[in-house]
Parts: sequence; C-alpha cells; structure tokens
Amino acid sequence: MTDTLSVRDLSVSYDTRTGALQALRNVSINVPAGEIVGVVGESGCGKSTLIGALLSLLSENAQVVGGEILLEGEDILRVPPRRLQAMRGREMSVVFQDPMTSLNPVLSIGRQMRDIQYRERIPEAEKSRRAATMLARVGLPDPEAKLHAWPHELSGGMRQRVAIAMAALMQPRLLIADEPTTALDATLEVQIIELLKEIQREIGCAILFISHHLGVIAELCDRMVVMYAGEAVEEGPVEAVFQRPAHPYTAKLIECDPGRLRERVTALPAIPGSLPDLTDPPTGCIFRDRCDMATDICARTAPPRVAVTPGHWSACHHAQTVSA
Amino acid sequence: MIQYTLQRVALALGIVFAAISALYGVMIALPGDPTSVLLGPRATPEMRAVFREQMGLDDPLAMQILNFWARVLSGDLGTDFFRNRPVSVAVMSALPHTVALVFGAIFWSASLGILLGAFSADRRNSVLDRVTGVISVAFIAAPSFVVALYSLLLFAVTLRWFPSIGAGEPGDLLSRIQHLVLPSLAIGLAWVGYVARIVRASMLEVMGESYIRTARAFGLPRRRVVYNYALRVAILPAVQVLGVGIGGMLSSAVFAEIVFSRPGIGTLIYTAVSDRNYPVVMGSMLVAIGFFVTCALIADLINAALDPRHRKAK
Repeated sequence: MTDTLSVRDLSVSYDTRTGALQALRNVSINVPAGEIVGVVGESGCGKSTLIGALLSLLSENAQVVGGEILLEGEDILRVPPRRLQAMRGREMSVVFQDPMTSLNPVLSIGRQMRDIQYRERIPEAEKSRRAATMLARVGLPDPEAKLHAWPHELSGGMRQRVAIAMAALMQPRLLIADEPTTALDATLEVQIIELLKEIQREIGCAILFISHHLGVIAELCDRMVVMYAGEAVEEGPVEAVFQRPAHPYTAKLIECDPGRLRERVTALPAIPGSLPDLTDPPTGCIFRDRCDMATDICARTAPPRVAVTPGHWSACHHAQTVSA
Repeated sequence: MIQYTLQRVALALGIVFAAISALYGVMIALPGDPTSVLLGPRATPEMRAVFREQMGLDDPLAMQILNFWARVLSGDLGTDFFRNRPVSVAVMSALPHTVALVFGAIFWSASLGILLGAFSADRRNSVLDRVTGVISVAFIAAPSFVVALYSLLLFAVTLRWFPSIGAGEPGDLLSRIQHLVLPSLAIGLAWVGYVARIVRASMLEVMGESYIRTARAFGLPRRRVVYNYALRVAILPAVQVLGVGIGGMLSSAVFAEIVFSRPGIGTLIYTAVSDRNYPVVMGSMLVAIGFFVTCALIADLINAALDPRHRKAK
C-alpha cells in the first residue's frame, strides 16, 4: 500500500542568537492511505516545527536542512510555489489548535468557506450550498444560518466544528490535525475525536494527528510516532506501543499519564531532568541524560532503529530489553 | 447594530453639549471685551452698557449658556452684531469649504497612507520599506503650515501646476478641485505618514495571526491573503485614528485657509476670536465641534461595519 504522506530524514533548524537550533533531526514518519497516525510528544519536541514544515509555513528564521516530504509521491519541499499553493487546501488541509483564533474574525463563516473553494468553477450559490452541507455534516444545527454567522458568535466547540468542516470541504488526501482538542474541554474532546473518525471514514483521507495527549492518541489512531527533542524515537501500532513500549522515553511518558493513576498521589509522576540544549545536541542517544538504562554505548553512538516486531521500531540500543 | 448606532449618537450629542458649554465659559473668561473692539476706545460707558445688554453679556454665565442652547435648539445660532447678519449665514457660507478641505485631507491620508503602509508591511525590511518609513516620519514631522507654504511656492508659484489662492469659481467643479489639491495635501500629508505607520504596524501584527496562517494553509493566493484577509483587519485602527484626527485637521485647516486665502470655518473662527465676536465664535465652534463629532461617529460606524466584533453594544 502506498503512503499518503512520507516524511524522510527531515531536518529543520532555526537561526538563533546562540547558534542553529536543530529542532528536527532526521525525522521519518509514514502515513499510509486511509490511516490515522498520531504524533505524540511533550512541548518542545518539534511537533509545531513538523507541521510548519508540512505546510511550508515555517517562520522566517527556520530552514529545512535536509530530507524530503512526499505527499502522494510529490516532494512538497521541492515543488514550484504554484504547485504548492494548489496542493494546500486541496490535497492536504489542516485543523489548527485554537479555534478561537484560527478563523478570521471579520469575515463571515460562509465567506471563509466559499473563499477556500476559489479554484472551483461553480457559482457562488453552489459553493454556499456545499459549505452548508458540510456544516450540517459536522453536526452544526441550522447550517444555512451559520453561513451568515461571525466566528465570535459561535462557541469554541462550534468553531472547531467549522474548522473541521473547512478542512474536509475539499476532500483532501491528507488531513493534518494540530492538537485540535487541546483548547476544548473534555466532553467536547470526545465529540471532536468521534467526528474526525467519521469524516476520515467518509472521505477516506489519511490523518496525521498531533497531540501531547496520550489518551486521545489511543482513542483515535491506528499507528503512533513518539517524538522527543526533535527526533522520532519510537513508531508502531498504537496497541503495541502502549502495551509494550520499546523506548525508555515512551515507557516513562505512559507512566506519567495522569489518566493511568488509580490512587490519590501527592505529586504527579514526572520524568526527572529536562530537554537537552538543541543548539548543541549531545552525541549518542538524545534521551541518555534522563534514562535509567543508559550504558556506555548510549554515550558513544546514536542508537539505530531497532525493530521489535514488524512495523514497530524504537531508536534505542536496549529496545529488546525495554519491550520485554 | 441599530442599538449600537443609537448609543453612539447619544454619546456624540452629549460630547457636543459639554464641549460647547465649557468653551463658552472659557471664552467669557478671556481678557478683552467685545464692546471695546467694536465701539472703539472712546465709547462712553453708557454705550457699552447698552451693547452689553444687547449681546446678553450682563446675565450670569450659566444663564448665558442656557440662553445660547435655547436659541440653538430653536434653530437660531445668534446674530453677528459686528456685521449685522445672522451667524448661521456666516457659518453656512464658510462650512462647505472647510468640509471639502478636511475630506480632501482624509482622502489623501487614507488612500496614500493605507497604500504605503500595506506595501511596507508586505515588503518588510526591504529597501523600499525603509525608504517608505523615512518618508512617513518626514511627513509626520513637517508642520502643516510649512508644507502649505512650500507647496504653494513650488507647485503654484514656480511650477504653476495648481492655482495658489481662493477656493475656485462657484459652480465650476474642476476649478474647485484644482483649488483643493494643495491645501488638502498640506493638511493631509502628516496624516499620510501616521496612517502609513499605523497600517504597517497593525499589518505586521495581523500577518502573524493564526487565521492568516489558516488562510495560507488552505492555499488562498498570497495577494488575497495580504490585501483582503489581513488588510481588512489592519485598517481598523487607522480608521479610528483618522476619525479622531479630524480635530487635528480642523486646526491645521486654520493655517491652510489663511495661507491659501480660502474662505472657511478656520478663517471665520480666527477673525471672530481676535475680534471677540462671541456669537460668531460660538456659532462656528458649535458647527466645527459638531462636524468633528459627526466624523468620529462615522469612523466608529465604519469600524463597526468592518469589524463585527465591535457591533455589540457596550
């Protein structure tokens, strides 16, 4: 099966006062057609940089140092600007994190939904009709009236539904979801996740779902990628990764999930230590300083990808021991 | 929207009332007496007393203000005792010239200012952006009467592109517009600079907003994102500033009208104040303040029309 999205050895760095900050280092992620792949990691692991690179919307001081991003075989990083613009919104679309700021405050919902169909050679009325159909599809009551509504007249959950409707409107091959539930409360979170699942089934797109929330990933995704300090450290089917994590970081991340706590504790579990300085990343394993299992080899050589089972690998010298 | 409009109108009327009443008090407190200006230094005390009574200057201040408002509400701006004509005639013959002048200045500042600002923001940190920045600050720094004098010398006297004095032939629109170009530019130039700086700054802010990223992520053409999605939000502060800036333009209009020998409210107020011609001062100030408040109100309403978030009544 071909992959809808294939990120290969992507490296991105930012120019800063103290030198080049290597925000992404040789990251590879595959999103097979029709699957939902989750990317999980704490703040600063490179999730936002990854999205910026996928959409070619990195900030001015960022540059792609190497690698390729293939969307159905076409390298986004090397296509001419016109082609890139044609791909955005049509072949890949995105739902951003904060629905309160991701919609233009001075344009009506209908105007914004018609505008993203600007390439279609159909009458405006037809564009409005399609927009209303999609708003109804994402569960907004009275979609015709919503077309005339302003973003500030809708609640956060409604706005995120509008954002999903916009992302699904052009039937993209790939939908990128950038923590779409983080700004919403827990009950809405479940609804939005269900909605994304339904939309995925209907239009058959692949979804790259980025989150720092393990529970959401477990609920929604087929496969998951764990990122730490700008590297992908483990990838595999969701059940396999949760049940038999093969990277010490993943194991600790799962232990720290407050959702797993069964009894009252005075302090929530945490991983001791802090992220390494990415302007001068250490040699060897990036997680070494915070890892209980680190040995001499971890300080000397960067760990290769070790396959623990087919389709489940971990970038750890001790992967077999961890997953055992 | 209707409720918002009504609230704004009520507020505007309150401002006019407070401003004029305060002004009346200040003017009476000024040294100088209209009777001595009008009747000359040799007038007898009796003549002055008669004249003072005629002008209503003997009443207590509060009474005078109340009388003034009572007359205004019945449609009477008072009588210009110096020239024996109703104040309304003097004001109404001057007003259109000043309104045209101020709107000319707004035209320059809005069109050139927004264009320069959007252009600079779009090409941030380029050479052209820096040049525009320097020009904008130079425009802001140049006093309007200096601009008025030099543009008069350059464009009217040396180059002879535009006429130098007067307001043009009545009924001849082209001649009116030709006479308007230089004075309105003299007043508007500083505002071109202000608006350009404001639009540039708010444009840069808006371009960093999440919804601009959304528009770009959905593949909207760059030009549409910049000039439609971003500029629409970015001009809001400029509209507000221009609305309030009309007060400043009115005071610059005094200089411009004197330099270009144009009839107008500015010239009228200037001569009336130096003559202590109270009825004319009050009448023309009332109209000028009314005009200013109306423009600020219009700016508010334009803002509300452009920005749905402002329509909620506060």
